Amino acid sequence: MDAIKRYFRSPAAVAGLILLLVVIAMAISASFLYPRDPLALAGRPLLWPFSNPHFPLGTDNSGRDIAAQIFHGARISLLIGGVATAIAILIGIVVGAFAGFYGGWVDNVLMRITEAFQTLPNFLLLLVLVAVFGSTLTTVTIAVGVVSWPAPARLTRAEFLSLRNREFVQAGRTLGMKDLQLILGEILPNALPPVIVYASVVMAVAILLESALAFLHLSDPNVASWGNLIGLGRDVLRVQWYVSAIPGVAILVTVLAVSLVGQGLNDALNPRLKRR
Amino acid sequence: MSEIAAILSVEGLGVRLPAGADRAYALTDVSLSVASNEILCIVGESGSGKSMMANAVMRLLPNEVRIEGGRMLFEGCDLCAAPEAEMRRLRGAEIAMIFQEPMTALNPLRTIGDQIAEVFSVHTDLSRAEITGRVLALLADVRIPDPNGAAKAYPHELSGGQRQRAMIAMALALDPKLLIADEPTTALDVTTQAQILKLIRELQGRRKAAVMFITHDFGVVAEIADRVVVMQQGRIVEQGPAAQVLDNPQHAYTRQLIAAVPPLTAPAPRRLSQEDILTISGISKTYRSGGFLGRGVRITRAVKDVSLKLPKGATLGIVGESGSGKSTLARCLVRLIDPDAGSIMLLGRDFVTMPRARLREETRHIQMVFQDPFASLNPRHKAAELVAQGPIVHGTPRATALAEAKELFALVGLDPSAADRFPHEFSGGQRQRIGLARALALKPAVLVADEPVSALDVSVQAQVLKLLADLRTRLGLSIVFITHDLRVAAQICDLVAVMKDGAIVEHGLAGEVFANPQHAYTQALLASVPGGAFARQHATEPA
Repeated sequence: MDAIKRYFRSPAAVAGLILLLVVIAMAISASFLYPRDPLALAGRPLLWPFSNPHFPLGTDNSGRDIAAQIFHGARISLLIGGVATAIAILIGIVVGAFAGFYGGWVDNVLMRITEAFQTLPNFLLLLVLVAVFGSTLTTVTIAVGVVSWPAPARLTRAEFLSLRNREFVQAGRTLGMKDLQLILGEILPNALPPVIVYASVVMAVAILLESALAFLHLSDPNVASWGNLIGLGRDVLRVQWYVSAIPGVAILVTVLAVSLVGQGLNDALNPRLKRR
Repeated sequence: MSEIAAILSVEGLGVRLPAGADRAYALTDVSLSVASNEILCIVGESGSGKSMMANAVMRLLPNEVRIEGGRMLFEGCDLCAAPEAEMRRLRGAEIAMIFQEPMTALNPLRTIGDQIAEVFSVHTDLSRAEITGRVLALLADVRIPDPNGAAKAYPHELSGGQRQRAMIAMALALDPKLLIADEPTTALDVTTQAQILKLIRELQGRRKAAVMFITHDFGVVAEIADRVVVMQQGRIVEQGPAAQVLDNPQHAYTRQLIAAVPPLTAPAPRRLSQEDILTISGISKTYRSGGFLGRGVRITRAVKDVSLKLPKGATLGIVGESGSGKSTLARCLVRLIDPDAGSIMLLGRDFVTMPRARLREETRHIQMVFQDPFASLNPRHKAAELVAQGPIVHGTPRATALAEAKELFALVGLDPSAADRFPHEFSGGQRQRIGLARALALKPAVLVADEPVSALDVSVQAQVLKLLADLRTRLGLSIVFITHDLRVAAQICDLVAVMKDGAIVEHGLAGEVFANPQHAYTQALLASVPGGAFARQHATEPA
């Protein structure tokens, strides 16, 4: 495929993909390398990295292995990022597709709802959702997805608006296709590439949102997430800064990897935009 | 050309395309010259390199496209070697250009007068008052009605023809020695085209300028050219005085192009069936736009009370200029647009009052072929799937539908083995054949063809028209054929209806309408066909 070839021609996109694969590898290998509960006490608290060969990244203020938390945390971050993104994109596509395809009052109603979600700062909305529904892993993931859908919805709607009057869609109509066949079979495949690219942005933001929640001690405290670790490190930030810095670097690398992959996908799927 | 000094002489020019293009050189060994006080027409089909020629002279080539070899002497100065600063001085002042689409060539946010004035303020030291005077004089010179008003207007407030006049005024502002016109009338209606061609001819004669006129239309050549250069695949295949090239073409390609120009007389009439398959009566469509609570509503009556009959097996041409409502009418016929009033009777059923669900079922009896061969095929589906789509929607099993699609491929003259390719792998003419196969897949009683050949080169146009005529006899198709081009209508239609401002002004047998037009508008349309005299005379010769 041309798109795949174009993707691998960009060094930044390849670097992003490698970083992302490293994070995925960390998530997969976590239970082999660190079979014990990452939240169990492992040794003396606040060991600096490289000072004890058993704990290459040191220990946090309750004496838990940071390396184990980073590996297990990769799972949580990717899980939350992936599932929340899927939820956001799915809601976004459904809302955007109906609004763009039907226009008129359907569009008006759906777009007013979208705007209502957009005018609220999404972190504030996330805090409210978590405050109301509690902070288990499931509710946090769903809540992150639910606050992230307006942008993909607007993007899908814009694509549908420009595609719905194309001649090939009219041709589909004259062939006697039902609306759903037109939406799914004719318009959506053409509208999808920019939405897929945007999904990488949603995923990066989702990972950051979860970390921010955890930093405020509002995420699920019973899982080893990077955000939780940063939140813990807040108490000893001025002396043992590495407790916050190490998961911070992990988040940075993951978000960077996801955005680089997204940018690479964008260039690969829309080659004309890049060349000229 | 030797006795008059050439303004521009191009010698052995080569223009190299970037790697991965369909050929290595856009232009190969091109030699031509333009003298002052003459119009040189460069003719060719798409991909012949004719526009690249214009851009090369202006040194405005796309990135990665380079001039390689040859010289372009403009008044003794080699444009190939001129520094960029020198080119900036020449452009606009000595060599000016008119583009195909005046709407995109003009800045939509500035007034016409302002944009013409800019040419003066960039190249001269005239005072504001002098510039204003010059701008108005120029606008009067290009025969814009109300030059004062036009100078204050924004591009969207003018009609297409007036915008093109404004572009010409801008190009002529500094009395350039060479005017390059790249398809300046292609986007315009025939009647407007005739006026603009006359204007260019007249201005050229008055100012004794040299004009390099790029076109794909031999009718336009017959109308305007002193000398002609015919290009194919980046090479010049023939050049000479217009009369000689048109009447006695030497190269096979030139002969083929001239033969492909549709003649302006209808072929011998065919016997028409007494039975009408499609009866359109009193169709109207009105658009309302803008306005809030009933104030400032703009009402456009796109189609006004149109009634027509299509005999079984006949072809009815609906001819009109842009804005005449012909495309709206076509879309009403297939109910892509719901008409406000009237009835469309096909096979004893009224398609106007039919509910949506029933319509999806019945729409297979009336199918449409679209204008744009690129936009009308979904780029994500394979050709065979596109053709099979209709039957699949109407309940044919997928495997059967795909097998039938391959048979249809053969029917429309495509290689059935190409059925697994995606639309972008086909040429424009081939795509239009796929569109035709898609419409025929449902075995419709009536085919509505909306400008099916307008986006194609003349030689491809002739092939597609021949295919349509052939299918018509073989399948007994009844066709409603929408076109803006009278020459195309003359080729294929048994009956012709002329539309203007949403209404039918004249209709009847094609031969009668063309030979003896009754309505003033039909007469004006026929008189405006570029190279009309040439087209009529050319029809009498055996093609």
